[in-house]
Amino acid sequence: MTDEHPVSGRGLVKRYGEIVAVDHVDLTVEAGDVFGYLGPNGAGKTTSLRMMLGLIRPTEGYVRLFGLDPLVDGARALDGVAGFVEGPAFYPYLSGRRNLQLLADYDGGAARARIDEVLDLVELCDRAKDKVGGYSHGMRQRLGIAASLLRAPRLLLLDEPTTGLDPAGMRDMRALVKRLAGEGITVLLSSHLLSEVEELCNRVAIIRSGRIVFSGPLADLMATAGTGYRMRTTDLARANAVCLAHAGIQDVSSDDGELRFSADEDAVAGLSIALAEAGVGIVALLPESASLEELFLGLTEGDEPPAPEPSLAEAAA
Amino acid sequence: MNAVLKVYKWELLKLRAQKRTYLGLGAAVLVPIAFVVALSLQKGGPNDIPLGRYIRDTGLALPFVVLFFMSFWAFPLITALVAGDVVASESHNNTLKTILTRSRDRGQVFAGKALAALTYTVLVVVAMATVGLIAASIKWGFKPLTSLSGTKVAAGQGVVLLVASLAVYVLPLAGIACFGLLLSTVTRNSAASVVGTLMFALLMQLIGALPGTEPIRPYLLSTQFSAWHGFLRTPADWEPVIRAFWVCALYVAAPLAGAYLVFLRRDVAGE
Repeated sequence: MTDEHPVSGRGLVKRYGEIVAVDHVDLTVEAGDVFGYLGPNGAGKTTSLRMMLGLIRPTEGYVRLFGLDPLVDGARALDGVAGFVEGPAFYPYLSGRRNLQLLADYDGGAARARIDEVLDLVELCDRAKDKVGGYSHGMRQRLGIAASLLRAPRLLLLDEPTTGLDPAGMRDMRALVKRLAGEGITVLLSSHLLSEVEELCNRVAIIRSGRIVFSGPLADLMATAGTGYRMRTTDLARANAVCLAHAGIQDVSSDDGELRFSADEDAVAGLSIALAEAGVGIVALLPESASLEELFLGLTEGDEPPAPEPSLAEAAA
Repeated sequence: MNAVLKVYKWELLKLRAQKRTYLGLGAAVLVPIAFVVALSLQKGGPNDIPLGRYIRDTGLALPFVVLFFMSFWAFPLITALVAGDVVASESHNNTLKTILTRSRDRGQVFAGKALAALTYTVLVVVAMATVGLIAASIKWGFKPLTSLSGTKVAAGQGVVLLVASLAVYVLPLAGIACFGLLLSTVTRNSAASVVGTLMFALLMQLIGALPGTEPIRPYLLSTQFSAWHGFLRTPADWEPVIRAFWVCALYVAAPLAGAYLVFLRRDVAGE
């Protein structure tokens, strides 16, 4: 079977002596994804990205980029792949443009012809002549994106691209990522910012202490939270009785004239019919999703990484 | 090959943009000028070293005399200054990850770096000799040179001997450069590599100066700095020259191979 996914990591392990930085990570990024690699600081995101880019050797397992392994196929495996880990780094004593010229020569092909275009895209044209040593963090971050785009990538691997940027810089960076994704570039971005992932990504993997605790579509992650509902009816007492009697309706409580419960969508549909049959009118029925933040904290906090639930494992598979 | 040349070109451009490059190059150029100035102001001379006695006879003698003086620590230090930094500076600037995620294999990047370090070594030696020859010739004239065997060598022939001598002289420096490259790759620390490389060069001299080390002296790197004496004998003595070639080849190959393997396999993580 050929595996031509933009990224496919299998059984990735990275140990530093006693410390297991990455622990049996499986990761698949599909073409067109904006894939969020989410986890608290120190969870193993950057180490994973380093393995993807061939910068460090996995202790076990492998990564393939469009079917090629950076450790086996060398620089050829990075054809069509660009990105940076832990913030882009450049030669401080060379200008922004000189740095890009150097990297374009390292890329070969038509990369040199793209320098002006990418500088324009990240709005660095007027500072391109200055030495990178004098650049702000945000400018370096933008130059990092420019350097990545020189390679005309099909896959971008970005390690916390908005970290350290001011709010306007973050907004611009996110707009840029959206725009690139809109042009068909597959993006994997690591982040510890939930709002960022929620805004940009269609699929996520959550890593905690080196292990993937969730992987799948963002919508699935939201669904696994078990959705809560708020309901107002024409008859609180009878509605309460119907809810308590109905299968699949849990955690029923009443508060301020409202009923609250948790249930999956099928049970809620059944409940509405049961209420109608009991002569209770529904005035309002509102789903109350747990925020991504609650989910994230639930998955990444606590003493031990939770064993993946069946539904999570399914999503990961 | 084209890929290696591209890397090599940029390594040279990077050297051109860094201060330390000029520190070494400046020192290499200033030493012969300082010699000319000092010998112009004083009567005495380095009479007990090869060609020292003839230093005021012709401008051709000075580069040879400076070669001798600079072999102790000046050239090893200048060589180490760049060779010890060429990989470590990438660690310092965190740029190894930047260049190793492009379309060049690690081996190509390493080859470009090694070539650049060796080029610099050759450059500083040639710069010293050229400046020394010109400055001394202005002061004392471009006249025939007295060889180590006491015979007169025409000035034109003297230049040929100087070029040949420089070619042999850079061999042990290449050994030092490769040792610097190894330390630079392994320690990832520029200062440690520069100091360590200089210590290595000094250690070779120390071993050579100890009593009882006579049997191994011909195979020490420091000994090869005087291999060029063979060219200045009549007839030419090829034995030290040939030995310098193969001894230095070993001193080049071993650390170079070590550095290459480390560079190829190393983890590029936060440094």
